[in-house]
Amino acid sequence: MSTEARRCEPLNPWRWLPWGGAAAALALLPLVFRHGFALTLLSQMGIMVIFALSYNMLLGQSGLLSFGHAVYSGLGAYCAVHALNLIGKGQLAFPVSALPLVGGVSGALFGVLFGWVTTKKSGTTFAMISLGIAEMVAACSLMLPGFFGGEGGVTANRTVGRAFLGISYGPATQVYYLIAVWTMVATAAMFALTRTPLGRIANAVRDNPERAEFIGYDTHVVRFLQLVLAAFFAGVSGALAAINFEIVSAEALGASRSGGVLLATFIGGTGWFVGPIIGAVVYTFFVGAISSVTKAWLLYLGLFFIVMVLFAPGGVASLAAANLRVAKAGLFGRLAPAYGAALGAGLAALGGFATIVEMIYYHELEAVNDPVLRLLGLRLDVTTAPPWFGAAVVLAAGGAAFWVAARRVRVRWNEVHERLGRGSA
Amino acid sequence: MEFFLVTLLNGVSYGLLLFMLSSGLTLIFSMMGVLNFAHASFYMLGAYFAYSISTRIGFWQALVVAPVAVGAIGMLVERFGLRTVHRYGHVAELLFTFGLAYIIEELVHLVWGRLPVDYRIPAQLDGPLFAIYGTSFPIYRGFMMLVSVTMLAALYLALTRTRIGLVIRAALTHPHMVEALGHDVPRMFMLVFGGGAALAGLAGVIGGNAFVTEPGMAALVGVIVFVVVVVGGMGSLAGAFIASLLIGCLQTFSVALDWSIAGALARLGLQPPPGLLVTELFGITVSQAAPVLPYLLMVLVLILRPRGIMGTREA
Repeated sequence: MSTEARRCEPLNPWRWLPWGGAAAALALLPLVFRHGFALTLLSQMGIMVIFALSYNMLLGQSGLLSFGHAVYSGLGAYCAVHALNLIGKGQLAFPVSALPLVGGVSGALFGVLFGWVTTKKSGTTFAMISLGIAEMVAACSLMLPGFFGGEGGVTANRTVGRAFLGISYGPATQVYYLIAVWTMVATAAMFALTRTPLGRIANAVRDNPERAEFIGYDTHVVRFLQLVLAAFFAGVSGALAAINFEIVSAEALGASRSGGVLLATFIGGTGWFVGPIIGAVVYTFFVGAISSVTKAWLLYLGLFFIVMVLFAPGGVASLAAANLRVAKAGLFGRLAPAYGAALGAGLAALGGFATIVEMIYYHELEAVNDPVLRLLGLRLDVTTAPPWFGAAVVLAAGGAAFWVAARRVRVRWNEVHERLGRGSA
Repeated sequence: MEFFLVTLLNGVSYGLLLFMLSSGLTLIFSMMGVLNFAHASFYMLGAYFAYSISTRIGFWQALVVAPVAVGAIGMLVERFGLRTVHRYGHVAELLFTFGLAYIIEELVHLVWGRLPVDYRIPAQLDGPLFAIYGTSFPIYRGFMMLVSVTMLAALYLALTRTRIGLVIRAALTHPHMVEALGHDVPRMFMLVFGGGAALAGLAGVIGGNAFVTEPGMAALVGVIVFVVVVVGGMGSLAGAFIASLLIGCLQTFSVALDWSIAGALARLGLQPPPGLLVTELFGITVSQAAPVLPYLLMVLVLILRPRGIMGTREA
């Protein structure tokens, strides 16, 4: 029945628009951002997109909160880098372009190895066990220097393969396009997986494991399969990172990388397929760009994360979707003034807070040489009181104004939704 | 023999310290269902507060003030953070405490810097307590054991002999019934969370100078405490006690032993089989494998006895 129904479905060009648009954007972006740094950032975004999407196969789609997803990407990266070195020595005939497959398969194998024990239960238990496994693997990485390369890691040369049609992976642009192609393929594959019976039943296991058991599915098996598949894609992203950086160190499977992908996925939004993509872009921007500007980037990212957990647990994607719904109904004009006020007040508060944080760091590290901190055109002498006082006043005033504005947003939001509800009823 | 005794005492003192952390974590978990990811961050805060107070005023004042301050922070976190995310479920609560751990670590970076601070054992407690066959046992280790045991006895008495302790124990299993009887359960949650944080802070005060006070100490201890809770059985205080001592001794003993499979084979007059990976695996000494052993124990417990040593529900 369903196959027949699907055959009759008219070809909907709108459905392909996001995919075509994304592919075109990926192809054209390097022409816009010629700068080496931007290209590096884009490559890292692609890697992170695959990683975050694979993480969301667990968190968003199966309800498995993992604190150790970097185990699979990291081990995939190690296997890929060893394969690359074997290619270099001539002991292995394998195209470098297909190296992510090596990472993926080895990631999936480690998923099989660890997955059966870890996926017995979901929820808090799974979270703790995934953390334990991650620490175990991280501790092993220092114990077995032959495979993990000890403190220095394992290095490789990505240009060792035979050049094909002039593609040697010497220039960064070629690596970018390799990552772009794999990002598209992996994203499409993961999207397709959400439409398979397994993907659907994983959602059921997430929402109500008891009923899923009653209709005859073994929830343990479903979670296990999801974990193995997620580990495959994590391995793909790990292998791409190995090709991109030409080095894999213990950091690749450490707790900070596991935590990073959790931050990225959650900030983007776990309830929507595009959520992790948004989150990966935001996170990579923080890690790649903001970290070079300030030492406190992780503090800002952590605060952003906490604010999302407290007030927008659906992430950026669900915020965007809710506002899109309002805009479609033509009611966005009612929200816009309140939004503008809240945004202005929030930015002021954030500016005050960031100024204080930056002044503290500057006071501790640099003030001995030069007491004047230059921040966005301002000259702040951190050894005198006025800048501190001023920043505190801006923070307090901005915070108070934000409090008021946020309440107005909530009132307007409820008004708009009352009208939306009436419209649809 | 003297090696065994001294190592055992060191292991027990470390295990008692672990139990101060895991008892708070277990109480919070069984009462609120929240696995507090930031628990070890409170331990770190305790150590840093104690460092700041002891360099300005004195160690003994720090011993009292720092845990109280950490407990107050814990209560604020519960009141204004956890209670807000409570309606989104346990995963959201776990994520909240996870983000909190990040922020506390970054704030520690901000206030005290990234390098270890010089938090020292007070002069009165510096020196050997006694010596067994020439191996001395430091006074401070004894002091740590004394503080932990006193604290835990107080906790035990408070939970079993006082009115509020009885209400807390009732709220562990039947929160709705306790609420219906007119007790303020959310306030109880706040107290328990603050109390757990204060215990962790106290552990930080006495552990920070015995080990190293640095921004990575929370992550280092945090995972071990989780392992203790899983091995002991989620939500079981007695299990957490046994697992704490077990893992404390396991870690203390394993770092001191240089046994390896290759060594054992050599003693039997055998050669390890050739092959790079095999040589590497067989050559690992117990002390090299020490960081992995607690996690290995955890995985074994999960396979063989998923509810832990004393747990009633399956992990």
